[in-house]
Amino acid sequence: MGMNSPGYLEVLKLAMPETIVTLAALVLLFADLAGMRSVEHKWRRKVAASIAGMGCLGAIFWMFQVHERGTLPNGILVVDPLTQLVKQALLILTVLTAIISLDSDFTDHVGEYFALLLFATVGMMFLVGTENILMIFISLELVSLSLYILTAFNKRNIQSAEAALKYFLFGGMAAAFTLFGLSLIYGLSGSIELRPIAAALKGKGIDPLLAVAIIMTVIGFGFKIAAVPFHLWAPDAYQGAPTPSAALIASGSKVASFFILAKIMMLGFAGAEGSGTWRGFVPGWVPLLAVIAVFSMVLGNLVAIAQGNVKRLLAYSAIAHGGYALLGLLSNNPQGVSSLVYYVVTYGLTTIGAFAVVGAVENGGGEGRMSDFAGLSRRAPLLSLCMMIFMLSLAGIPPLAGFFGKFYVFAAAVGSEPKNLGMLWLVIFAVAMSAVSLYYYLQVLKQIYVAEPPANALPLPATAPFQVGVVLLALGVVVLGCSPHLLISRLAAAIQAVALH
Amino acid sequence: MLAWTIYISFIGVAVLMLLPRDKARAARIVALFAALAGLIVALAGVVPAAAGIQTVCRLSWIPSLGIDYYLATDGISLTLVLLTGIAAVVGILFSWNVEHRAKEFFAFYLALIAGVYGVFLSFDLFLLFVFYELAIIPKYFLIAIWGSTNKEYGAMKLALYSFVGSAMVLIGLIATYVVAGAKTMNLLELAQYPFPESFQYWAFPLVFVGFGILAGLWPFHTWAPTGHVAAPTAASMLLAGVVMKLGAYGALRVAVTLFPIGLKQWQGVIAVLAVVGIVYGALVALTQKDFKFVIGYSSVSHMGFVILGLVTLNEIGLAGAVLQMFSHGIIAGLLFAVVGRMVYDRTHTRELGVLEGMHLAKAMPFAAVTFVIASVASMGLPGFSGFVAELQVLIGAWHAFPTLAVVAGVGILIGVAYTLRALQKAFFGEAESPENRTPARQPMKAGNGGGHAESEFGAPLEPITIPERVGAVILIATTLAIGLYPRLLLDVIVPSLSSPLFEGLRKAGML
Repeated sequence: MGMNSPGYLEVLKLAMPETIVTLAALVLLFADLAGMRSVEHKWRRKVAASIAGMGCLGAIFWMFQVHERGTLPNGILVVDPLTQLVKQALLILTVLTAIISLDSDFTDHVGEYFALLLFATVGMMFLVGTENILMIFISLELVSLSLYILTAFNKRNIQSAEAALKYFLFGGMAAAFTLFGLSLIYGLSGSIELRPIAAALKGKGIDPLLAVAIIMTVIGFGFKIAAVPFHLWAPDAYQGAPTPSAALIASGSKVASFFILAKIMMLGFAGAEGSGTWRGFVPGWVPLLAVIAVFSMVLGNLVAIAQGNVKRLLAYSAIAHGGYALLGLLSNNPQGVSSLVYYVVTYGLTTIGAFAVVGAVENGGGEGRMSDFAGLSRRAPLLSLCMMIFMLSLAGIPPLAGFFGKFYVFAAAVGSEPKNLGMLWLVIFAVAMSAVSLYYYLQVLKQIYVAEPPANALPLPATAPFQVGVVLLALGVVVLGCSPHLLISRLAAAIQAVALH
Repeated sequence: MLAWTIYISFIGVAVLMLLPRDKARAARIVALFAALAGLIVALAGVVPAAAGIQTVCRLSWIPSLGIDYYLATDGISLTLVLLTGIAAVVGILFSWNVEHRAKEFFAFYLALIAGVYGVFLSFDLFLLFVFYELAIIPKYFLIAIWGSTNKEYGAMKLALYSFVGSAMVLIGLIATYVVAGAKTMNLLELAQYPFPESFQYWAFPLVFVGFGILAGLWPFHTWAPTGHVAAPTAASMLLAGVVMKLGAYGALRVAVTLFPIGLKQWQGVIAVLAVVGIVYGALVALTQKDFKFVIGYSSVSHMGFVILGLVTLNEIGLAGAVLQMFSHGIIAGLLFAVVGRMVYDRTHTRELGVLEGMHLAKAMPFAAVTFVIASVASMGLPGFSGFVAELQVLIGAWHAFPTLAVVAGVGILIGVAYTLRALQKAFFGEAESPENRTPARQPMKAGNGGGHAESEFGAPLEPITIPERVGAVILIATTLAIGLYPRLLLDVIVPSLSSPLFEGLRKAGML
């Protein structure tokens, strides 16, 4: 292509954060293998989590210190303020996931577990940091393969294997759809980079082949973000997976998938968005995603009501939240992207916290059933308070992050068509459904605060670092809710700097 | 300064959370101090009451969206802040006997109070909504954990109704924000904005009814009786006393001031709903067997006057509505205190039929007298705040819709009937010769007599405690003070109806 091919040094400089995390994973594996085999699990986990945490924090520190900016040819690696910001968010989510893994004793392969957490994170970082469809696919596979193994990691539990198999089969199919869609795009546009793709497709209208390409891509990513009707794996995977793995699937993986989906749609299919305004439908990806969003919100929320297991409830709630988050993408403007990222990041924090508390209950001899939470406020007051914050944030009660996230996403969606408030119909759906959701979140809190604990219930065992992690998550939810400006001012600046349109 | 009403309550919550679990007494004292401090701050803010809008605190909160942390007051909010202060203190006095998980009880209680203060002080629509929703959750727990009859059902129903109402408001709020297009949530600025007529046509009912659900607007009132009955005494006092006012206040602050044209179009419909609520609430109260349900439905009826006043579109009606909010807050608090704390906590029944046989007037003369006074106030006898307030609303309604005003007047008559019926059955069952029962004189005697009265079944009833007496006296004194000298509040309320907030209404030729 006549471009100067970059030297290895430049590649390394641009991919430094990813390199640091990968190195941390290797160090961790080696340390665990060489020196920790005979040590007690508790300490092995602490050491492994510390190395993982240091790796992630090191990468964040690097990004803060060295403001590297640049793009590799064909958009293989795009290092700009926005991708760096999202990577930092992903790394923070991973650190927190590592902290809440401290108390879960489900495996002898401690080193491998934490290394896989990091590999998945590296995959997510590459995923958000590229505008090249091949690279997107490869990173997606790195994330997915790591997550399949993480799901199957509890070898003592048959459910874990079943969950992983389901996740793997669905995921494999999704990957096939994605690949098919991406190959069609390449065939149509002759390019593998998002912006040139849009330029090549511009003005051609939506021909049938492009429609198929869009639909295939949406199906593929629909699986990743667990949107209806591609959500079927989610409840089983969440329930069967070791709880910290489920937390990562619901948080970091969601953030990365939503972000890259937004990039593909807004950059790659710019011009093919159509319109989703009421009585003003124009074919394109916006109405397609609007329909998916509606189904996700309705089905996720209504089915969540019937769940007796809190992990399954969180899975269905995740489906519903996927629907809300899609609204940010549907706005198809900078504010929409900002609201989408704010939404999924704060949702990630909240859901890691919720899974952490579920994990603590499991460690205390429960199984994640609703009734296992009975009287939790008297067995673990601090964790219960945090769980209240997480549940209320998910329900969208101010001043927690979940509320502002919803407000921001809804305002962006309505504001995208201010003339006739065209997207208001979607927001009405979303608001109505979030009113429904309060019911089932309150059911969990009712068990925790209202129901009496079983007669022989003991205080929950939870180590100090674990509790600190959960409290940090809760604080994050409160602080980002009370001053959303902390995050959205950065987001706005980053988005302005990269010109997403 | 007034902002401290909010902060003090939150500090109280924090202190309570740090207390050890079994220190019920310490929890009560902390809560009482927090509430008292809130009341003192509120009084300090109300007494010098300058006319017009006073900024309390204004900070840029989310600059990119034009959202401010903007607290301010006018006469309307001052009135309701004062009401909240009084209700908060008195509610704690009437929950002095809470022993079960006391520290959590008072923590939720103060969190609710903080939210309520916040709503009344917010002049930024977003901030107002934040505080409004903040108040929903503590209500749920207060009822679900410490409530009585059917508590989990009542609590969930209340929470969901409130949340559905606020969902409607949220849609209206986002649409308002986008339509105004000025990137502002400042109520003063929004009130200047001429919203298109077609928009107001649907936004007004959406927001008004959304808030109205919490104000007991018929036919969305059904959460109110079940919620009030299920709630522990202090929570029912707060629910009827201030939480229902949140709804009415929101309807006034947002729907009425921002959408005057919509109001004009929907005025008749809302007025009919309000009057149906007045009459229906009163009729249903007349047939109740449960003492607390009588009061619960009476709240629906009395709140009907507030809603009627809000849509009269004249100054006297609006001022009457605000005064009625205050007055009903005090009187309903008193009624629930008698029913929930004085009677139910001691007799463990609220069945009017059972109470009839207990001779409570003899056994608990203080409670009887308090209830007589509360009934008289509630019926709207001159000298008490209810009279001035409902009269003003009726005059206002007479100008706007004479027929409906007459029907609402009938509602007052039915109010007299159900109140007397409940009074008679609960306290003066199997009435003895009337000459030795001049209730107004009874309490002093009984108070001196040590109060070791016994119920019909021989078990001695616990005497009325000092906190209860103090609480009752505060409420009675307040309703009397306003009843005898209504200008105390009217002089604060009426001038604020000419503030820039009501400019939209004025420009549209209303008010």
